[in-house]
Amino acid sequence: MSEVNNAFLLNELQEQFSANIVSVEEPYGMLTIEINKDINLELITFLNKHPQIQMQFLTDVCGIHHPELKGKELAVIYHLHSLVNNIRLRIKCHMPIDAPQINSITSIYSAANWQERETFDFFGIEFMGHPNLKRILNVDEMDYFPMRKEFPLEDPTRTDKNDNYFGR
Amino acid sequence: MENTITDFDHKNEYTKLNLGPTHPATHGIFQNILTMDGEIIVDAEQTCGYIHRAFEKIAEHRPFYQITPLTDRLNYCSSPINNMGWHMTVEKLLGVQTPKRVDYMRVIIMELARISDHLICNSVIGVDVGALTGFTYVFQWREKIYDIFEEICGARLTTNIGRIGGLERDFSPACIQKIREFLKEFPAILIEFTKLLERNRIFMDRTIGVGGISAERALNYGFTGPNLRATGVDYDVRAMNPYCSYNDFDFIIPVGINGDTYDRFMVRQQEMWESHKIITQALENLPEGKYFAEVPQFYLPPKEEVYNNMEALIWHFKIVMGEADVPLGEVYHSVEGGNGELGFYLVSDGGRAAYRLHFRRPSFIYYQAYTEMIKGSTLSDAIVTLSSMNVIAGELDA
Repeated sequence: MSEVNNAFLLNELQEQFSANIVSVEEPYGMLTIEINKDINLELITFLNKHPQIQMQFLTDVCGIHHPELKGKELAVIYHLHSLVNNIRLRIKCHMPIDAPQINSITSIYSAANWQERETFDFFGIEFMGHPNLKRILNVDEMDYFPMRKEFPLEDPTRTDKNDNYFGR
Repeated sequence: MENTITDFDHKNEYTKLNLGPTHPATHGIFQNILTMDGEIIVDAEQTCGYIHRAFEKIAEHRPFYQITPLTDRLNYCSSPINNMGWHMTVEKLLGVQTPKRVDYMRVIIMELARISDHLICNSVIGVDVGALTGFTYVFQWREKIYDIFEEICGARLTTNIGRIGGLERDFSPACIQKIREFLKEFPAILIEFTKLLERNRIFMDRTIGVGGISAERALNYGFTGPNLRATGVDYDVRAMNPYCSYNDFDFIIPVGINGDTYDRFMVRQQEMWESHKIITQALENLPEGKYFAEVPQFYLPPKEEVYNNMEALIWHFKIVMGEADVPLGEVYHSVEGGNGELGFYLVSDGGRAAYRLHFRRPSFIYYQAYTEMIKGSTLSDAIVTLSSMNVIAGELDA
């Protein structure tokens, strides 16, 4: 059996999903792949069930908003961890802001339940197949998604605080 | 226990019970809406967000050094670990190599914080089964740890300890003295606390087999820290992905078997001994050298220099105004917090603030298993299970 490292991991993924892998990076030693959002469930199931890779631990799910990337403004970022091989993997799934739907991975990892709810709460990303997709940290009556970049931290009409001189 | 609820036909006869949000037994702002069949819990739903403070949003508008005080308020029972975790994340992004002395000093601080975190959690389990004595007794020792923190950085609870690149000042002789005293006196206290609870018949009856979870389910739920180790999985970030020179120290990772409340308690008890061992080793072998790394664009210079040296004044101004540029990139760094893997996912676009900062908060992730863990048990067992999981409201809601 060959050692499971980033190269092996990438090779296995390329073999199965080469058509759906958009880009590959390796910032600070962690393999980062950007995939077509429609195959997220399939790819993560593959990694989870793979006899050698065994990505049985979901470390983190979070969202991000890039308003300048037209057509792929929102993204979900998964951090997976194989405890057996001690290797981590980051998966990004971009999607357009007017159709923010992605498959839920709660069927594989129970840990994803609240984390997906949190991502929905802050970014408005809808996880299809989620058992209980509703807001978790914000109030239920809220009608916007506060972590999107168009919502500034302070009231933009304020004139008594001019921060123009020092960055954003 | 489970066979006591077999008849689900009488749905209308169940009672809804609001446990919390400000119930004294929940040790924080937690709300659980319980569906009760007599005294047996049939279902539970958690409500989160009572102390949500939008840290992730605030972090997108602040220079890096101003994010440290935000991390204090995550798991406030062991805030130095959060501070150090954040500093190390930024150092990883910047590619800063800290001197050995910084690492050892940080290890001492982090392990002291772990002891104080575990002391609170374990003694609170005692309180929830009716043994208040142990709690008041060990709380003095938490105070002594806070005295050490006060000696190091001036603050006690929300410490804001250290800087990006090192610590703000060296350990003073008084501080070293206090740590030595603590190391000398603490074992006797821990032994006494152990005698009070560990083989206590009432305590064992109330905790063994209560709130258990299997290793498989725990992994699936993303458990980390003592809660995961109590199920028998020896995952510890300190050993698996050593940071801050943890591989220099000799310590073991205690694991449990059943993953119940008693095992969680025992794992924490044993971890306190291990922390004691690590602090002793770090203090004995504390290397000479500088207590900060050479990163003038991030490490605030000492005040004497700021007043007398042009260059230091410039750096001081640039840091305070958040003018230092950071490299583009994204980095994930995790540390072993008091209650699990505390991760920081930082995306930098090169500006003065983080483009996106996400905290992987261990208690937010494992608290969702609470329903599964208390189904079919009694209300009083649910209270003990909650306190033994060490869910911290500040971290849950970020």
